Amino acid sequence: MASTIPSPLEKIAVIEILNSVPHGVLILDTELRILEMNSFLEVLTGFSSSDARGVYADYILRSNIDNNGRKFHEVLESVECLSVAGDIITQHHKKIPVHFTVSPLMDDSGIAAGLLVFLEDISALESFDKKRRNNNAVVDILGLSPKIQETFDLIPVLAHTDASVLITGETGTGKDMFAEAIHKTSKRSRHPFIKVNCGALPEALLESELFGHARGAFTGAVKDKPGLFRMAQNGTIFLTEIGDLPLTLQVKLLSVLDDKEFFPVGGVKKVKVNIRIIAATHRPLRELVKLGEFREDLFYRLNVLRMHLPPLREREGDVRLLLDHFMRKFSGSLNKPIKGFSKRSIEILTSYRYPGNVRELRNIIEYAVNICQEKKIQEESLPKYLFSPQRGQEVAPRKEQMPSETIAETASSSTTGNGGWGEVEKEMILDAMKKTGGNRSKAARILGWGRTTLWRKLNRYELS
Amino acid sequence: MKILLTIQKRNIAPRFDLTTEVLIALCVDQHILGTPRTILMTRPSSEELCALIIKEGVNTVICGGIEESHLKYLTWKNIQVIDSVIGPYSEALKAVNKGTLRPSIILPETMQGEQAK
Repeated sequence: MASTIPSPLEKIAVIEILNSVPHGVLILDTELRILEMNSFLEVLTGFSSSDARGVYADYILRSNIDNNGRKFHEVLESVECLSVAGDIITQHHKKIPVHFTVSPLMDDSGIAAGLLVFLEDISALESFDKKRRNNNAVVDILGLSPKIQETFDLIPVLAHTDASVLITGETGTGKDMFAEAIHKTSKRSRHPFIKVNCGALPEALLESELFGHARGAFTGAVKDKPGLFRMAQNGTIFLTEIGDLPLTLQVKLLSVLDDKEFFPVGGVKKVKVNIRIIAATHRPLRELVKLGEFREDLFYRLNVLRMHLPPLREREGDVRLLLDHFMRKFSGSLNKPIKGFSKRSIEILTSYRYPGNVRELRNIIEYAVNICQEKKIQEESLPKYLFSPQRGQEVAPRKEQMPSETIAETASSSTTGNGGWGEVEKEMILDAMKKTGGNRSKAARILGWGRTTLWRKLNRYELS
Repeated sequence: MKILLTIQKRNIAPRFDLTTEVLIALCVDQHILGTPRTILMTRPSSEELCALIIKEGVNTVICGGIEESHLKYLTWKNIQVIDSVIGPYSEALKAVNKGTLRPSIILPETMQGEQAK
């Protein structure tokens, strides 16, 4: 192409073609001097092509990718295209993010006679991406307690790597939101985030959903189906309720994790995938491994990076924050002039244990806002089951995730009184204090509270 | 007048923020006093370069492409910035002494030399 440029007639044709391209285009000789640039690039750089002609591209482009022409020389030598993101500084002092594509131009004898540089302005894409990340990633998750802040700090660390992540935590703690936040903060954020609930589909269907199937693989398979793994190409696949994944599929998943390839159902050709796997479960996987319900090798393969989400009762101060947040959210969407909570209702809501965690709290507030006819949410607007101590204590024991709960469970299960949650809590405290011989630090640890909380509650129940 | 030029081999460096070498010259009555000093930066950094310019008490900066924030900062500090200059720094120094150097100039000698590799 460059060898044809000296002919004036063909030169006119070349520049017309270049000017019709809606991106910056530059033609360089083997010395990396500018032979031609299109009008789009004139606007982008602020230099006219007549001024730029004969000048080294480095000085006109002012990019951060081509230090002393090194990268462009590499393309000339290797005769291989280069595609790289970078930025340029314009004459108007603006730094513009640009995607560069540098291709060698070959003459008739197959020798590189120049370079074609293609610049795509990606500033709109970058600002959109930035806005999207800022809007959705961690901002949606609320929490000020030290325990939840620890998990927030983990998000950028986990997003930085490509290793598998296992998110554990009780139901309603926000495993899905954290998985999405990790994806959105990672370099894969521009690619799909596919969520699969492993417990929601029967085994045969789940295999076909995950890995796809070939045409004719089974009755009704009238055409090829790509499957969710292929749909998540270059992105992240989020396998929620991984503990419910059938054993046969666990083997297949393990091989995908190891080899990054698999056979679709009934397929003869292996499919390669480039995906990141984030798995989540509320079930104690280690226990399932012992019971033979979960493969040990898959457990260790998934457990490369682990994030444990604290239950709401361990997130000191967050209940109040979430109550206000959801109250504002629902009163806004229902157009109700609710300003807050009555003193009694806030006492009930802050002392409840939320076995269903944030999801349960959200539902309670949605119910209350719907029922409430006053300016403040009263005790009467709250769901009735909150006043039943037995219901409030329905937390399944999970040794792996929350060893501190065992005593609380025992105490609650032995409760028969009608004194409400206060009585139950009092009993729990007494039980814990008895077990620890009056050591408040140990008792607080057993109860899953901070020492200050225990001290406050001891005062409240006049146990101190 | 103290002049600082951001340089790359024998030319004005294409970008202010990627500059790793600067030349500082003292000029009186259109003449250069003594031998200009060269300072090598430990790493390219606009902020460190701005700090150096302030510390050295530079009156005029001659550079290539510069971002608006740094240009505004230097101008706010009463430093004259002649930016987007393309060409050998020796020619830029001569031109600034003569009072003919202006922003976005492509100096006539630019195409004669080889690009520094």
